[in-house]
Amino acid sequence: MFIDETPLLTVENLSYFYGRHRGCEGVSFDLYPGEVMGVVGESGSGKSTLLRVIAGQDRPDAGTVTYRDRLDKDLDIHRISEAQLRFLTRTDWAFVHQNPRDGLRMNVSAGANVGERLMAIGQRHYGEIRGQATEWLGRVEVDTNRIDDLPATFSGGMQQRLQIARNLVTGPRLVFMDEPTGGLDVSVQARLLDLIRGLVSRLGLSAVIVTHDLAVVRLLAHRLLVMKDGRVVESGLTDQVLDDPQHPYSQLLVSSILQT
Amino acid sequence: MTTMLKLERVGKSFTLHVQGGVEIPVFEDLELSVDAGECVALTGSSGVGKTTLMRMIYANYTVPEGRILVRHGDDWVDMASAHPHAVLEVRRRTMGYVSQFLRVVPRVPAIDIVAEPLRALGTDVEAARDKAAELLTRLNVPERLWSLSPMTFSGGEQQRVNIAHGVAHPYPVLLLDEPTASLDAENRAVVLSLIDEARARGAAIVGIFHDQEARDAVTTRSFSTADYTRAAA
Repeated sequence: MFIDETPLLTVENLSYFYGRHRGCEGVSFDLYPGEVMGVVGESGSGKSTLLRVIAGQDRPDAGTVTYRDRLDKDLDIHRISEAQLRFLTRTDWAFVHQNPRDGLRMNVSAGANVGERLMAIGQRHYGEIRGQATEWLGRVEVDTNRIDDLPATFSGGMQQRLQIARNLVTGPRLVFMDEPTGGLDVSVQARLLDLIRGLVSRLGLSAVIVTHDLAVVRLLAHRLLVMKDGRVVESGLTDQVLDDPQHPYSQLLVSSILQT
Repeated sequence: MTTMLKLERVGKSFTLHVQGGVEIPVFEDLELSVDAGECVALTGSSGVGKTTLMRMIYANYTVPEGRILVRHGDDWVDMASAHPHAVLEVRRRTMGYVSQFLRVVPRVPAIDIVAEPLRALGTDVEAARDKAAELLTRLNVPERLWSLSPMTFSGGEQQRVNIAHGVAHPYPVLLLDEPTASLDAENRAVVLSLIDEARARGAAIVGIFHDQEARDAVTTRSFSTADYTRAAA
């Protein structure tokens, strides 16, 4: 009765130190296909550090990250070659930054931003690339008439949606998101959240989403890690951690939400 | 009959760390077994832990003591100790839960909210929407509302969307927290017949019904959580 029994991503005992200062320590979890893991905690809790190490951008001081690729082969993310890792980040993985400026090229058009990822995996036919770029702008609700405009002329919410289109156009299996709704107005946030939720479930994506916003994980994440001072203090099903938190810190976090 | 749900020596108390570590005892050594085709009413006055127990069965609350076994296909899954991945799978296929309030996702139309549990199991869009439309019609939710987000609906309309969402997939185990609250007589009758049909097809149902008439109409027996009340430490 249980299907998809092997995890897509396995994180074991992961630690990263900034000199003597702890970034994250002893973090373990596994992520199954189609699952979304939320990582919450206040700023400085180590959640963004954890995300960067998992995504292969930083090398851990201890522990391993294992990714199961499309051929069911297990890859040790910090032992594969630079070229292999680059290939993964262009094909199987996507990384959505909090600030769209970190994930977009601001001096080329919206269409080129989306098309560039396709060219990176070897597509060459201009008409097809433009066609796919147009389709994706539509899917993330950016007016397709703006395809030749620079992202700098877009609002913050539009830039973020463009960043998502740029990331998802290559059909990744695993998406890393660092505060994807940070810095956006509440109404723009709701629209973006619904968009991400729809894409994740329709495309069957797995994702790791780092945020300090518990409403975001309530809506998007199946499971949750609560981090404090670089360590995971509680983990479990999202609704269980939010509705019946066990650790004093999780209780404090949940009880600090303003009721509207 | 086939046993679908087994609660063994289940205990619970809440520790409120933000309020000086106050300990709130709920119950201990609670035992309950529910067969296919049964509808068990949880009874007892307000505060004895009826909703708490229901949430524990769904693993929405942690289960610190005992086991909560759910028959999932040919397996028994212990909701108290299962990996979150397994719990999610049980919730997808085996156990449905109609809570007191609909948790609305902004911008998603009512019909898609109702169709969502079927979509999650791989039913195609059209078939899932057809089933959703059938349920919404039966529950007298006007068709002009189907394409709108239930955020703006009245309490009774939201509750009916919630119930349609909860019964769209024929779950073998169904948890119902006050399914008839805030409904008029006509819609209450529809909900009661939906519950009866679920029971007739063999669902094991656990419900909380404050409305005595509703309880008498659909339940096959009562279970009082008050019999297992835990004394303060």
